[in-house]
Amino acid sequence: MRVINAIIAIAFGILILAGYFFQLAAGLQAVLLEFAIILAGAAALVGVFNILFVHADKIRRREKGSIYSAALITFLVATLIFGVIVPPQHRLMQLLVDAVLLPVEAALMGVLTITLLYAAVRLLRRRLDVMSMVFLLTAVLVVFGSATLPFGNMPLFSNLRTWVSQVLALGGARGILIGVALGTLTTGLRVLFGMDRPYGGN
Amino acid sequence: MIMYGSAIELFIIIVCASLLLAITFWKRRAPARLREIPALTRLSRAIGLSVEDGTRLHISLGHGGLLGSLGGSALAALAILRGIAEKTSVSDRPAVASAGDPALGLLTQDTIQAGFQASGVGELYTNTTGRVTGLSPFGYAAGAMHITANENVSANIMLGNFGPEASLLADASDRENVVVIGASNDLIGQSVLFASSQDALIGEELFAAGAYIGTGASHVASLTVQDILRWVIALVLLAGAFLKFAGMI
Repeated sequence: MRVINAIIAIAFGILILAGYFFQLAAGLQAVLLEFAIILAGAAALVGVFNILFVHADKIRRREKGSIYSAALITFLVATLIFGVIVPPQHRLMQLLVDAVLLPVEAALMGVLTITLLYAAVRLLRRRLDVMSMVFLLTAVLVVFGSATLPFGNMPLFSNLRTWVSQVLALGGARGILIGVALGTLTTGLRVLFGMDRPYGGN
Repeated sequence: MIMYGSAIELFIIIVCASLLLAITFWKRRAPARLREIPALTRLSRAIGLSVEDGTRLHISLGHGGLLGSLGGSALAALAILRGIAEKTSVSDRPAVASAGDPALGLLTQDTIQAGFQASGVGELYTNTTGRVTGLSPFGYAAGAMHITANENVSANIMLGNFGPEASLLADASDRENVVVIGASNDLIGQSVLFASSQDALIGEELFAAGAYIGTGASHVASLTVQDILRWVIALVLLAGAFLKFAGMI
């Protein structure tokens, strides 16, 4: 079974890759990618059931924090039933998204600003080295160069910020992205050769 | 017939594939010598400690899907998860993995199961060790924070695609005195993890982790291929700059 899995994965991987280079395989590539998108949609449903099973198991075992699991299951099932009964564009469904989902995500975004500030403050306590100091000084420089200050903008900071972001940061970012692209390429090749099998098997 | 403009890309892929195969066979015979990366040394130590003191490792794979350009980091993280699952499968509390993409979540379960089977304890595998904790970045982070806070976790290993929400996960880990080891293919995620973790992994070091935890000769060969390509790119860039400076292009 493992060998068959590997053969299927490698064959389809090569067909998809060939679609980028050979006109003949481009049509087949499009069809295979459509299949993949449909399968990814089905996987979303499996993912929802996974959330359900994991939290039901937590409640059954009376684990720490299982009260939150109970709340999650209650609202997940209620929203699922509600979503099946009324169409997504229905006023009540929109209200559910606008009044619950968006405010919760916005609140998390608010918490994020505090945690980022806190992380920056603790950085020097955790790792006192040259790179940490350069990182913090750059962050302070960019903040002062971007923010509207009560006593007016400081042209020096603004010019420095532009130079840092357009020259130093851009160059560094390109270097990092080239490294990530090379890593992605070799990882893809390993999967294509069956050296890595994320679909199971040894 | 090869499409116009694609011949160079095809040539690069063929060269990389040939190099990867050749170096993999070579590395199987010669032992690998790798430079020390503090975060990956800490990762190896965290794996050993979790087995010894009966705590759990939480491997967060981020919310990168497999169908887009973020799939590379997700596949690299799965390879590392495979190695960690194999090493911690005999622990009282085996590693738990979370993903923010349903397809990645399915592969997470498959990968952990393969790790258990490889170490001969396939019957100990439970499908709740691979989890989908949310389908949006913040939803995923909120679900993963719950694991860190409630499941006796000793190290939170964040590998994959993370944006600014990585800070929430790192902060939750810090409050529980949990070690954070993080690497993201996203630039914002990298800067957040640099500020939030004890030892940061930058750029392509995410793709190097597999070689450091001993997942096979192909991972070490990948590092060598990446190094060769990096040198080639650097030389091409320098040559281009020189030719431009000389007014030849």
